[in-house]
Order: sequence, then structure tokens, then C-alpha cells
Amino acid sequence: MPFARGVLRSVLPFLRGVLRSVRPFLLGIPVLFAVQVLLNSQGMDDWTIILISVGINVVLAVSLNVVNGFTGQFSLGHAGFMAVGAYTAAKITLAFAAGAHGVAQQAVFGLALLGGMATAGVAGLVVGMPSLRLRGDYLAIVTLGFGMIIVSIIENVDALGKAIGLSGLPGLTTITWTGVAAIATVLMARRLAVSTQGRALFAIREDEVAAEAMGIDTTGYKVRAFVISAAYAGLAGGLIVHLLQLATPRSFNFIRSFEVVVMVVLGGLGSITGSVVAATFLTVALEALREFQQYRMVAYALLLIALMLLRPQGLFGTRELWDLELLRRLPWVKARATAGPAGASPAEVRDEGEAGGEP
Amino acid sequence: MRFGGLRALADFDLKLEPGELVGLIGPNGAGKTTAFNAVTGVYVPSEGEVRVAGERVNGLRPHQICTRGVARTFQNIRLFKQLSALDNVRVACHAGAESGFVDALFLTRRHRQEEQRILDRAEEYLAVMGLSHRRDEVARNLPYGEQRRLEIARALATGPRVLCLDEPAAGMNAAEKTELMSLIHGIRDRFGLAVLLIEHDMRVAMGVSERMVVLDHGVTIARGAPANIRKDPRVIEAYLGDSYLAEKHIAVPVGGGEAG
Repeated sequence: MPFARGVLRSVLPFLRGVLRSVRPFLLGIPVLFAVQVLLNSQGMDDWTIILISVGINVVLAVSLNVVNGFTGQFSLGHAGFMAVGAYTAAKITLAFAAGAHGVAQQAVFGLALLGGMATAGVAGLVVGMPSLRLRGDYLAIVTLGFGMIIVSIIENVDALGKAIGLSGLPGLTTITWTGVAAIATVLMARRLAVSTQGRALFAIREDEVAAEAMGIDTTGYKVRAFVISAAYAGLAGGLIVHLLQLATPRSFNFIRSFEVVVMVVLGGLGSITGSVVAATFLTVALEALREFQQYRMVAYALLLIALMLLRPQGLFGTRELWDLELLRRLPWVKARATAGPAGASPAEVRDEGEAGGEP
Repeated sequence: MRFGGLRALADFDLKLEPGELVGLIGPNGAGKTTAFNAVTGVYVPSEGEVRVAGERVNGLRPHQICTRGVARTFQNIRLFKQLSALDNVRVACHAGAESGFVDALFLTRRHRQEEQRILDRAEEYLAVMGLSHRRDEVARNLPYGEQRRLEIARALATGPRVLCLDEPAAGMNAAEKTELMSLIHGIRDRFGLAVLLIEHDMRVAMGVSERMVVLDHGVTIARGAPANIRKDPRVIEAYLGDSYLAEKHIAVPVGGGEAG
């Protein structure tokens, strides 16, 4: 049947493309789900919460890195975008998930997270459009202000529960959901980093005047990076409130933004694996030092000062884990390196392993 | 072009034909780089007009002018220092890319084809400029002469009609300069584009240009073939001062010792 064969010939490459696009999820979801079931059956709720926190912080740090690290702009408003995503997702689940069960409830949660990403992305567009035309510190100031405005708005709007917040949210955030979010974020960053769009962002970071002269719409690209970053912050926000089962403005104050900035700077501005490692390390370290919670900000400040003095480029600089000398000596890494920069897929498998293993 | 009360560029009129090599010279502060910046959109000309292939481009942003076919290098090298030589060129191949962020995030077929096309083109430009062996080297670590060449490769990769070179020979040694001159001719012949060259080194400027324009205090004081420019008293005056002319009573070759 030539007709059927023709259809097959056009459909197959498309399916292969789709498969290639989502492969990391297909590999990651069973692992994540197995970990979730295992921890649940053993009653290890503490570990579950730590893993989820790590995953959420990976989402936050890697997404902020797209703006602060890749593009070289300095945003201090990540918590603001988290809040937008969080309250959007919370409103959606409060409205639709309470009556639903099983798969329907999970589907509502998925849509709620996507809704949170969308509104946070729109917020990113609204904040980014005017402020990204300007250079230097303006963005830091504008995003700082944005974060504070968002918190003030929440504290004064009845529908958002004012300072008390929205309670009674279903606890739908699981290891699987968080892991999928972390994989999605790392994939986004990795695929950007090896694409022409990502290289345009790096070029803006390196020299904005030259980038503009080489035909890159610098404002347009900065806004796009900002919108993508904000959307993933919104995703993290949606996950957090459904972990805590509570959305309060306090969770999204300036300190939260600052924490994420510390993670990105610690890992190295521009390094995806750096952000993943730093987010994991800081989350676990804070959990281990829970009794000293009140000294958290002191610890952050000291960490930053030490970092600026000893290693201002962060742990990895702009490099990735597999660029480090130590790992280069491993034979299989060497094989990868010679595959050339266009070899996007092996890198993705690695990324997937990292993100999928940790959350 | 005005900056407050200062007229940095008052009388400058230049038309480039495809395949032409035109030198723009003048003493320091004559307005050469200002002319470049006005043409490439870094400054918006306060008066006058810039046209590319008949289209008025005044007031367009630099990236828009670049995609219309005007590429440039910078007087003080402005490479993307932390990126590899290949990536520097690949960034410039970006203009006109059809795939967008969404394609990149979902690895669509269009995206992969685009990436392959960009990679091939970038490697071609590296080869043209003799930089293939530096492909994966970080730009910052290249020797000075190669950084200059990489900047030209990057400018070429935007696919220009006009290539503006701002002092490409600055800081090069004699051998590198000779190499650069044949390279510029090679580029013109191979890509059939017009080259506008700012150059302080008279050997390079005279050797490369087929036609020259001389600026002084923002005013065009001479134009013509290098041999004539060399003898033009106004040019000599601009460079060496009228006392020199008065002393010698004759027109002396512009480049002095350098021109030999």
C-alpha cells in the first residue's frame, strides 16, 4: 500500500522528533515515581520533603540563571514571579481540584501549574518590556520593586487572603511532579545553551554593543529570556504552595529572591550544573542545620562574602560539571567532548540524570 | 552628526558600489569612527541620510541595520571574550535564523536543520579567515592578530553587503599587516561586497583602497585615488600642519617614513 507507506514516512520522523524532545521525561518519570512510592512505603516523609525542596530550588536556581547567568542581566524579582505563579495555581486548584479525585485531580494540578507558568510569564513580559531596554542596574531595582509590589498587592486583596494567605490547598506536590518540573527546567536551560538563541543570550552577556551590531535584537532577546525565566519561577511557586498546602505572602518576600540569587552565584553564573549542585547543597545544608534557622541570613551573607573573596566566578564559573579537569580525565567524558558542541543529545541524557536523580 | 554644540561630522557623503574597496582616513578626531557609528546605527544622525540598497535606515537600531547588510568591526576589539571562536562566528550567523525559542526548547526538526546550517556556515567563515585550527579556543586566549581576524570573520558571517573595518591593522606587526591586506582583497573578491576601511596605517590604507575619502574636523577635505590623495596639499596640511607645507613648499607623500 503506497499510500500507507507515504503517510508512515511523513509521520515517523515527526514521532521520532517528538520522542527525542520528551525522552528525558520518559526516562525520568518511572525513576521518580519509584522513588516516591519507595519513600512513601517506608514512611520517610522527611526525606520526601527534602527531595521536593531540592527539586523546587533546582527549578528556581536554573531558571534564574537564564537571566542572571546566560544573559548577564541582574534580576532580584524571582520571588515575585513565584508568587504570581503560586497564587494562580492555588486559585485554580481551590476552584477545581477539591471535588476531583485521582487522575482528574492530577490533571487539574497539571493545568494549575501551567496556568501559574503562563501568568508568571505574562508578569515577566510586563516587568521586562520597559526595564530591559535600559542597561545595568535598572533591572535589579525594577525587579526588586516588582517583588515588593506583588507582596503588597497580595496583602491587600481579599480574594488572595491578604496577609493570612490561602489555606486548605490540596497537598498535590509529589516527588514525581517536582522531578518533572526540575527536568523540564534543566532541559530548557540546556537546550537554550546549545542553541543559536542561547548563544545570542551569551553574546549579550559578553558585549551588548557587539551583539547588537551582529544583528541580535538585544532588547527582544532579553525580554524573551526574562519571560521564560519568570514562567519557570511561577512553576516553582505553584509547587511550593501545594507542598505547604498554604499560600502566604511571607513565602515570597525579598529574602526568597535573595536565596535563589545566592544559589546561582554560588554555582557560577551561567553554569547549569553549577546551579543544580548549589541548589542541592544549600537546601540540604539548611535542612541539616535546622536548629540554627535564625542564623540563615547570616550564613548566606558570610557565604557570599567568602565566595566573592575566594572564587568570584562561583564554583564552576560559566563551565559545566563535565568541563572540569577532574572529570575530563574520565574516558567516557572524553568521548563526549570529541563529539563536538553540536552533540546536544548526549548532554541532555546527562542533564536528565542529574535532575532526575536528585529531586 | 552633532553632539550638543559639537559638529563631529558635518560634510560627509559617500556612496559605495558593490565590490569596492574604499579607505576612510583622517587625523585623530576627524570623525571617522563617528561616521561608522552613524552608518551602523550606534548614533542616529542628527541630519542627513543613510541608505542601504536604496532603503533609508536612519533611526533604525543597529541590529536592524546589520540585517539589512552593514556589518562592522570595532576599533577596540569587541569579541565575545568568553565564547569560543566558533561560537563568536555562530552568534553572527544568527541573523535571519528562522527557528525561534520554541523550536530550540522542543528540538524541532527546523531547529536542528538550522543549527547544522549555522555550524557549516560558521566553519566556512573560520576557514576563510584561516582560523579553523582555533575553532574551540576561547576568543580571549587568541593572539592579537587572530582576534582581529576573528572579528572580521564574525562580521562576514552576518552576510553583509558592506563591511566596515575600523582600524583592522591596529596593533599588528608588519607581516600580519601584509597578510591582512591580501586577506581584505580576498574577501572582496570572494564575497563581492563593498569594504569601507578606516585605517591609520598609511601603508595598509593606501595599499588596500581603490578610492579614498579624507576627513578632517568632520568635513570631507579630499577624495580620489590613493596616488592623488598622497599628493593632495589639503591632506598633508591636515596631517602635518600648514607650517610643514610652508617649510617644504612642496607636496610630500602623506605617509612619510611609513609609506616607503
